Formats: sequence, C-alpha cells, structure tokens
Amino acid sequence: MLGVHTLLRKLQFLLELPARLTRCVELEAYGTAVRYHGRARAVLHHYRHLPSFHGIQADCQVIMAGLAQRLRQRFRDGGSGAKDLAECVELLLELEEPAEELCDEFLAHAGARLAAELDTLEAELGPPGGAPTCDILEFTDRGCNSFVGNLCLVIASYQELFVSRAGAAPIAPMARAKLATFVEGLLGRYFGLVERRVQLEKGVGDSSLLVRALDRFHRRLQALEQLLPGAGAASEGTAIVERAARARVAQYLQALRGFYQDCLTDVRQALAAPRLASKEGPGLAELLATVSASLLGQVKAVLGYVHLFTARDVAFSNKPYFKGEFCSQAVREGLVVGFIRAVCGTAQQFCEAPGEMGVPSSPESRLKGRGRSCPGSKGGVLAALAVMEAPGSPAPSPDASLALQAEVAGTPGSVLCAEARAAAQRLLTHYVRVQGLAVSQMLRKSVETRDWVGTIEPRTVRAVMKRVVEDTTAIDVQVGLLYEEGVRKAQSSDSSKRTFSVYSSSRQQGRYAPSYTPSAPMDTNLLSNIQKLFSERIDIFSPVEFNKVSVLTGIVKISLKSFLECVRLRTFGRFGLQQVQVDCHYLQLYLWRFVGDEGLVHGLLDEIVASAAHRCLDPVPMEPSVVEVICERG
Amino acid sequence: MLTRARILPRARELQVMLARALTPQTAETDAIRFLVGTQSLKYDNQIHIIDFDDENNIINKNVLLHQVGEIWQISASPADKGVLATCYNRTSDSKVMTCAAVWRMPKELESGSHESPDDSSSNTQTLELLCHLDNTARGNMACVMWEPMGDGKKLISLADNHLLLWDLQESSSKAVLSNSAALEGKGQLKFTSGRWSPHHNCTQVATANDTTIRGWDTRSMRQIYCIENAHGQLVRDLDFNPNKQYYLASCGDDCKVKFWDTRNINEPVKTLEEHSHWVWNVRYNHSHDQLVLTGSSDSRVILSNMVSISSEPFGHLVDDDELSDQEDHHQEEKTKEPLQDSIIATYEEHEDSVYAVEWSSADPWLFASLSYDGRLVINRVPRTLKYHILL
Repeated sequence: MLGVHTLLRKLQFLLELPARLTRCVELEAYGTAVRYHGRARAVLHHYRHLPSFHGIQADCQVIMAGLAQRLRQRFRDGGSGAKDLAECVELLLELEEPAEELCDEFLAHAGARLAAELDTLEAELGPPGGAPTCDILEFTDRGCNSFVGNLCLVIASYQELFVSRAGAAPIAPMARAKLATFVEGLLGRYFGLVERRVQLEKGVGDSSLLVRALDRFHRRLQALEQLLPGAGAASEGTAIVERAARARVAQYLQALRGFYQDCLTDVRQALAAPRLASKEGPGLAELLATVSASLLGQVKAVLGYVHLFTARDVAFSNKPYFKGEFCSQAVREGLVVGFIRAVCGTAQQFCEAPGEMGVPSSPESRLKGRGRSCPGSKGGVLAALAVMEAPGSPAPSPDASLALQAEVAGTPGSVLCAEARAAAQRLLTHYVRVQGLAVSQMLRKSVETRDWVGTIEPRTVRAVMKRVVEDTTAIDVQVGLLYEEGVRKAQSSDSSKRTFSVYSSSRQQGRYAPSYTPSAPMDTNLLSNIQKLFSERIDIFSPVEFNKVSVLTGIVKISLKSFLECVRLRTFGRFGLQQVQVDCHYLQLYLWRFVGDEGLVHGLLDEIVASAAHRCLDPVPMEPSVVEVICERG
Repeated sequence: MLTRARILPRARELQVMLARALTPQTAETDAIRFLVGTQSLKYDNQIHIIDFDDENNIINKNVLLHQVGEIWQISASPADKGVLATCYNRTSDSKVMTCAAVWRMPKELESGSHESPDDSSSNTQTLELLCHLDNTARGNMACVMWEPMGDGKKLISLADNHLLLWDLQESSSKAVLSNSAALEGKGQLKFTSGRWSPHHNCTQVATANDTTIRGWDTRSMRQIYCIENAHGQLVRDLDFNPNKQYYLASCGDDCKVKFWDTRNINEPVKTLEEHSHWVWNVRYNHSHDQLVLTGSSDSRVILSNMVSISSEPFGHLVDDDELSDQEDHHQEEKTKEPLQDSIIATYEEHEDSVYAVEWSSADPWLFASLSYDGRLVINRVPRTLKYHILL
C-alpha cells in the first residue's frame, strides 16, 4: 500500500514535471528545476519506450534546453556576481553540458573583464612619451586592487568550480591547464604594463613612493602565488622589482655624475668670473669645502633613498637578491664605486683634454681655469673617498651581517683609495706640468725676443722675472689653500743671504772658470768636473707629493730648466751676461722660499749663469755687490 | 751592450767641448759612423768623426777643424760620404749671424782612418769649403736638409721665414738658389726646423715654426697643409715615417711627441707624453718604423715601440740582409696578434740635456745620442726586441 502510494506519487511527479519545470524557470528557480530534472532524468530515460513517458521526456528536454540556454545566457552576460556565476556553472555542469566548453567560456568571460581593467591601467600610462596620469603608487594600487584582486577572485572561483569541487576530479587536470595558460597571458600583459610604468619613473629624488609601490605590487603577487602555486607570478614579480631597483640605481649614478659635472662647472665659473671683476677671487678652500659638502650630501641622500629598498618593513627586502647582490653589487659596486670611478675618470679627462687645442686666442685663460679647477676636483676625489669610507659600506646594508657581506664581495676600500689617489696624483702632476710650462713659455719668449749681444748695461731686473715671481707667489697662495706646507730641508733663517754669497762667488767660480780664466784652464776644468761629481743630477721631474712645497718645487724646477735651455740657444754680449746674472740673482732671492731644497734652485741658477757665460762673447761678470744693489732696488 | 763615447777632451785638450749637432754619415752603409759638431765661442770648433767598431766594441775618433764658427746643425750628403753641410754661427763685432755652408772632408777620413786617436790629434785636418749657401738677405739659417736618397745636388735650407731650395753645381762648388718661399703673417715668423719627406718623389717638405707644422710642395713652393697648434708650445723637431706615406712625427716644448697623418690634420694619430721636459728630437728607425727615438732636455732618451701606427703592425718578416735597400720593402702579411705600443727603454746615461738622437745609417739596430756636455752614447735596440721584430 505504501509502495503503491509512493509509486503513484512518483508517477504524479513525473506527469507534473514539465509544468513544474516551466514554473521554476518562470520563477528563475533554476536550481530547483535542475534538481527536479536530475531526479526524473534517469527514470524518464529508462522508460522512454512508453509513449506517455516519452512525451514527458521530450517536453522536459525542451524545457531544460531552454533552461540551459537561459543559464548560458546569464553566464555569458556576466551581469551577476561571482556567486551567481558559480551557481550557473554548477547547474550547467549538472545538466551535463561539456565541461571544457564551460571552462573556456568562463575564462573568456572573466578574461574580457580583466582585459578591460588592464585597458584602463594602460590608459593611465598616458600617451607614449607623455607623462603618466597618476603617480606610481596610485597606479600600483589600482592595478593591485582591480586587476590583481579580480584575478584572484576569478582564480579562486574557477578553482572552486572546476578543480576542487567534489566530483570535479575527472576534469581537474584539463581545467588546471586552461587556468594556467589563462593566468599566464594576463599576468604577462600586466607585468608588461607595470614594467612600462616603472620605466617611466625617471625622477631621481625620493624613492619611497617607488619602493612602496613595488612593495605593494610584490605583496599582492605573493598572495597570487599562494593561490596558484607554480604560475611563477611571484618570481616574475620579484624579477621586475629587481630590475626596477637596478634601473633606479643606474639612474642615481647618472644623476650623481651629472651633479658632479655641474659642481665642477660652477666652480669653474666661480673661479673665472669674479676674477675679472675684482682682484679678490673666491676662496678656493671655501669652494672646495662647498663642493665636497654638497657631493657628500648628495651621495648620502642617494644612499638613503637606495636604503629604502632594503628596509625591514619592505617585503621584498628579504629576498636573496636584495640581501646579497643588491647591496654588494648594485649599490656598492654599481653606485658608490661607479661614482668614485667616474670622478677619477673626469680627473683623467682633465689631464688628457688638450686645452691647447682649443681656441688659440685665449689659451692662457683656459689653461688657468683648468689648472685651477684641477686641484679643486682633486679635492673632490678625496671628499668622495671620505664619503665612501664613512657611510659608504654601512648605509646600503641594513644590518651588520649584510655590511660584512658587502665588504667581502665588493672592491675593497683600499683599492678605491689607491685608484682615487692615482687619479689625484695624475691631476696634480698635470697641474704642475701645465703651470710649469706656462711659466716656461713666458721665460722663453722673453729670452728669444731680446738682442743679448747688443743690450745695454743692466740697471734693473727684467720685468718678466718679476712676473715669474708674482705668478709663482700666486700659485703658492692657491696651492697653499688646498695643501699642507710639506717638508723642507732644514735651513736657518738667514739662509738666503748666506747662500747668495756662496752663489755669486765661490760656487759660481767652478762653472765660470773654464771660459773666463783661460790662464788656468787645467784647474778650472778639473774643478768643474769634480763639482759635477759631487752635485747630484737634477731630476727635472721627480714625482709630485701632495703638499705645497712639492708642487711648487716641481713648477720652479721646470721653469728654471726651461730658462736654462733658452739661454743655451742664444749668444750673449758682456751686458747680456750681466743681465742674466741680475735676473738669476733676483729669482734666487725670491724663489728659494717656495721650494723644499733650495740647493736645487741654486744649482739650476748657477747652471743658467754658467751657460750664459759659456755663450758669452766677452764674459766679464758683474760685481756681486752691484748685482745685489740692483736687485734690492728692484 | 752599451758603449759610451765621450768626445770630451783628452788629457792635452783642456777646453770643455759642448755639442748639439749630430748626424749619421748618411751615404755610408757599411761602417757605423757619426759626425758630431761642437759649439764653442772661444776655441776653434771641430767636427768629430766617430767610428764605432761593432765587433771589437771600440770607438775611433777623427777630428776635423771647422774654424768658421760654432756648429748648430750638421747634415751629411746622402750621395757622397765626404760631403756635409753645417749651420754655424759667425760673430763679427757685436753681430751674430747663422750661416750655412757645404764642406768636403779629406779623402782619407771619408771612410774613417783607423789609426790610434793619439796620432790623429797631432795632425788635425781642416774641412775644405765647397760653397756657402748665401743668406745675407734672408736671415739666420735654422737648418739644412739634403734631398733624401738624392744625388746630393739638392738642398733645402730654412732661414728665418724663408724656405730656400738650392742646386749644387759644378761639383758642388757653387750653390744656386733655384726656388724659394716665404712665410707671411703677423709678427716675426721663424722656422725652427724642417724635414724633407722621402715619399712622393721627394717633393714634399715639412717645416715647423712656433706651434705650427706646415707642409710644402718643392715644385711649386706652395704650402700644401698646415697643422695649426700642433703642439701646445714650440715645435722642436719633425721626422717622416720612412716606410709609410703621410705619417709624420713631431715633438716640442709641451713635452709631447705626436704622430700625424697629414691627410687628416685635425688630430694627431697618437700622442706620447713620457718626457718631463722639452723634447728636442724625434727619429724614426729607417727600416723598422715602429722604433721611434726621442731625446729631451730631461736628459733622457726614450726608445718607443709604436707598432700600432707603423707600416708593420703585424711584425716584420723580411730578412735583415735585404734591408739595406730601403725602397724595396716587401712584406708578407702573416696573421699575428697586433702588438701593443710600448716604451722599450729609457736611457739615462746622459747628465745634461740631450739635443740629438740619430739612428745609424749602416746598422738599423744601433743609435747614438748626444748631450750638451759632449757625451755621445751609442746604444743598441735590445736583442730580445730585435729578434721579436725579425722573427
């Protein structure tokens, strides 16, 4: 009885099914309809040879086809939320629609929406070559919230529907593969956009925005990675962050170089301009200090910015790249070392730049400007070196272990020191050479253009000698602003007086003798040779040290040697010789104070007078006392 | 393997002989012989003929008197061993004039006599004057150049701002001015040195005045190129690469040695800055032009190996014996690594400024340098380098 009753109810259910389904569809209770149909389907299928059942089945199939149509329509429209969608898919699957098609449809649908989001993002990049419409943080935020967020949702629901749902096991591998390609495509485009945006970030100021944006970007990708392991989203994202960081560092280096060049230009202008207006130029030491300070500040600021990349609260800072390579390679080697090398390179260029090749009208002034900026930039090198030594290694790496790592991997500070020192040495050598040759030129012109045979008896020191002393004094003052005094050979306070008497009497005799006392040639020649034995060979160019005395010694040596060469090319009359005597004595009175070893100046001056005597037709020297009087009067 | 020769006085001659003029005996291709001219305002000047006996490492010297004045420049005829030209100072009253003349040395000295030095001093011989290069109207002679590889009949002399081309006639007893050019411009222009190019049929000459290098065509006596500001300061000397057309070396008071391609005068091909004072002399080796000698008033002589701009950038493969004939210079290309330019050696034997360096005309591996104090040093190219170049 009960059995019959149940059977009857079942029969009634079947008979009423088309009507019920229609009503359900009308009410949009698709779920119920599908459930009803699912219950009846097997029976209907089984008894389909009975005409009445067959009729019902046909009716149901028509209704269900309509339902499926509706569901698909709804699925396609995508107007409803993810939940609705999921329901749709679930129902469709139950209606035994082909899963593959559904996956495709689902993804195509989601893809369209995501692509639209990417389009908006792309629009925010601005026109090619133009400025982006929003800052990078905003951009990343938008990207993260809309695109990455939705992508996550899509992935999650997809996985729920096709992969992890109970009963979805048979279609899971296919579904997973589809998802992977789908995500890959979208992420690829997204990364492309992000990279483009990051590249637009050309500013060299504060990098905190960039770092925060990158951090957010990175975190979101981390979440994505958790959702979909194996898609490589995180690693690709990290790579982008690394590239961004590297590009940033390169930009900073460029900016630092530019800044250094600007500094040098400023210094040059500062040195050149007021010189014309007033007598008093700006303090070289002050300028140097300013340049050093601003360079130091700039480097520090940049290091500070770079430091943000490795801050603790930034998620990607504990990636192996940022822990190791970034500190040691990119920042230390690339940025700091690179900058110092650039400074050295600039110094090198100063040496090689043939200032003489330039405008012939103002070689003098150009040389001077260059010459002056040389010690300036030299100081810059040292300043940069100081920066390197002090905050250089700790700053780029947040903790001590990293600092250590950087220290080990990077070029050791000593190498840099040596490099900078070598560059400074080259500069200084060049400076000495340029200044020495400038004074030489003056002396050469003065000797070449004079008729030394027919000249009148000397009454004064020639103006050019005063000029030489003036110039040397000026150089002395300049160099004195930058360098320590340096070591001199011990000397007593009245050494100039004493050596003078030696110089103009006995010392001179030796070289003079062969020519003007031919009565005793044997002795004098012997004397001359013996003297040569004991006097050290004068090395015209010994290495310059970083002190004032050494620099000045170099310049004076070159100048006097040039004077000697010029004298040897001319022929002198009696008064010509005497003029040289007077000039040399004058130089001796003033030049000894600049050099480390005054014996050297005396030696060279002796040689000049001796050479003049050799080249003299009537070598009668002037009385030392007269020479003295003339010089003191001058 | 170092030989030093001091042309300083022997015990009986007591004057200190200063010198700045040096030349190889150009026409001599067997014996190693150099001529040195002295500078003295007090005593008779001399030309010393220095013979270097390579095998026994002995130096022989013969002295010729050059009584007209101190010698500033000397050059030997490329065709006749016995003929040479000098630029010398003549002083009269309170006037100093630099003149030039062509001389012949006594026949028996032409090929060097190998008597002991003591004997030769007892009968010092005198040069025979062939002719003067008359420059009374044109100022001081700076230098005299023979036509390279010519028949010894053509000379060019530089006098103040004039470039003078001379023909020697009647067996060199008459010098006829055949052509001349003058340098016009602001101020007092003065040639300091010049060099006659062995290329282009010997129709080109390069001159230096102040910081400028000029090239001249000897047929038209017109300027063909002009390198303004070739050096920062005065240009002291020039030399043509004997094996590579258009290549020219210059040196000057800016301590630099520059190498030029005269077809592109805007920039030197190479610059050396090894000396610490004026560079007075630069000389290409006649056979192996990568070897470049420079002498400077920092008392140093530097031998450089300028392979990268030489005619043999991949090394040289010709047998040494064939080298006496300079024009016949075949070279087989063999793929070798291009060599690096380098300083081969710095010679510091001199105690005074070195004003002249010259390669021997007979032995391509041998050169002499002369410093103001009269010391002549003969050196060889290091053996290892020699073999490196030859093999």
